[in-house]
Amino acid sequence: MSYVIRIKSLSYRYPDQQIGLNGVDLTILPGEKVALVGANGAGKSTLIHHLNGILIGEGDVNILGMTVEKKNLKRIRGKVGVVFQNPDDQLFSSTVYEDVAYGPIYQGLNKQEVKKRVAEALSMVGMQDYIDRNSYYLSIGEKKRVSIATVLSMQPEFLVMDEPTSGLDPRARRELINLLQQLPQTMLIATHDLDLVEKILPRTVIMYRGQVVVDGPTSQIIPDSNLLENYGL
Amino acid sequence: MSNSQPLNPYIQLESPAHRLDSRIKLSLVFVYILTINLIPHAVWVVFPILFSVNLSLAVVSGIGIKKLLKRSLWVLPFVIAVFPLLFSIRGNTWFEITLLGFSFTASWEGLERLLSIVLKAWFSIQAAIILVSTTKFEGILKGLRWMKIPKLLVAVIGLMWRYLFVLVAEAKRLLVARSSRSSDLPDFHSGGSMIWRAQVTGYMAGNLLLRSIERSDRVYMAMLSRGYDGEVRMDNDRVLSRKEIHILLIGILICVCLFVLSLYFGGAF
Repeated sequence: MSYVIRIKSLSYRYPDQQIGLNGVDLTILPGEKVALVGANGAGKSTLIHHLNGILIGEGDVNILGMTVEKKNLKRIRGKVGVVFQNPDDQLFSSTVYEDVAYGPIYQGLNKQEVKKRVAEALSMVGMQDYIDRNSYYLSIGEKKRVSIATVLSMQPEFLVMDEPTSGLDPRARRELINLLQQLPQTMLIATHDLDLVEKILPRTVIMYRGQVVVDGPTSQIIPDSNLLENYGL
Repeated sequence: MSNSQPLNPYIQLESPAHRLDSRIKLSLVFVYILTINLIPHAVWVVFPILFSVNLSLAVVSGIGIKKLLKRSLWVLPFVIAVFPLLFSIRGNTWFEITLLGFSFTASWEGLERLLSIVLKAWFSIQAAIILVSTTKFEGILKGLRWMKIPKLLVAVIGLMWRYLFVLVAEAKRLLVARSSRSSDLPDFHSGGSMIWRAQVTGYMAGNLLLRSIERSDRVYMAMLSRGYDGEVRMDNDRVLSRKEIHILLIGILICVCLFVLSLYFGGAF
């Protein structure tokens, strides 16, 4: 197995029969950092929701050798850390500690290991001093960082993020980009932030109307303004 | 037939029942349910008539008999609630059971009462289902106002309905977040302890309340900023046509006939 994800002919329709994905093919190799860009409604978030089985469409989605299907979901969710666009969708506990510890406790790790994982994850995102704070009352930048810590504590092999820099002020955005640069995991980041793409994601995939229409090196795609305009970017 | 909001019982269709003014529909269903519940117990001859009326309405409205029967299964918990009637009403003994040293006697009269109440509840729920499947919620509010239900009560019902969707959307987000991080590892017993899971659920419930209150506040502020003054404005001014009044009167007359028929067969005359 030489890939982290391999998607073949993935299609999905929403309950109201609108097409969400229309025959998506995508392979990501270990260590790759990939940008997923596209106009609003292009299918980026829908694709992301297929990577840990929140949505299951028609076609083949394979993560680290496991097909995304009901019986593999729990194993896959330990390998794929998904960070949602809105951090309020990610955080559901009363304290930062409880939120970050949820994944490791669920996995059955012992108390000491859980504490160690939480401390490591929070220190990676620079939020170790917020451990006893209520997640709900943090600023959006802080919430984004804690959201990332909630998946880092599970030590996933593959990180998937939906619009990590949206809603952040310039400083929080800069700090988050620095943080993402330091993370060693294979990454797929859905974003409109082309500056972020140029800085840290060497490969770019463009989605348009539920399909992958362009896939190549960021250094060739992002400077091509005609190409970007054609696909609503 | 489509319904993209699973909570919303309204089914978008073209049918005479859908076209009928919501004020007429609500009034008719109110009178019909009142009639059903005024019918004396064990007047079995009337029950098939009520059932036929409901099934016919399901066909005419396009909801379909299958969907109506499926949705009306909501009556099942009610059956459990009235089950003790079988033993609490005295009369001719049907059977006796002894449980933990106590003897219970089921009577035929108890069975009659139980069946009557369950059937009446079932028919009433079917009527309500036909109403909400063929009438948009705004129409029901409009009907309630027309029936002179206090403005404040109607506003509370309207807001409850709106906030129910807010609450469900927030709950869904929390559940997706939780299941995305509920994973297992080889050779580890996953899932955590029962107490921990209960604790997490408790946190989530608290979180849901907090979010819902704030979200509701935002929705309310948006409503205020667009001129909301405690009443949802509706096109309530249209005067009912003569035909619509006739439909209402005929419907009420049929209900009265059903009631009189039930009294006749129930031995009142």
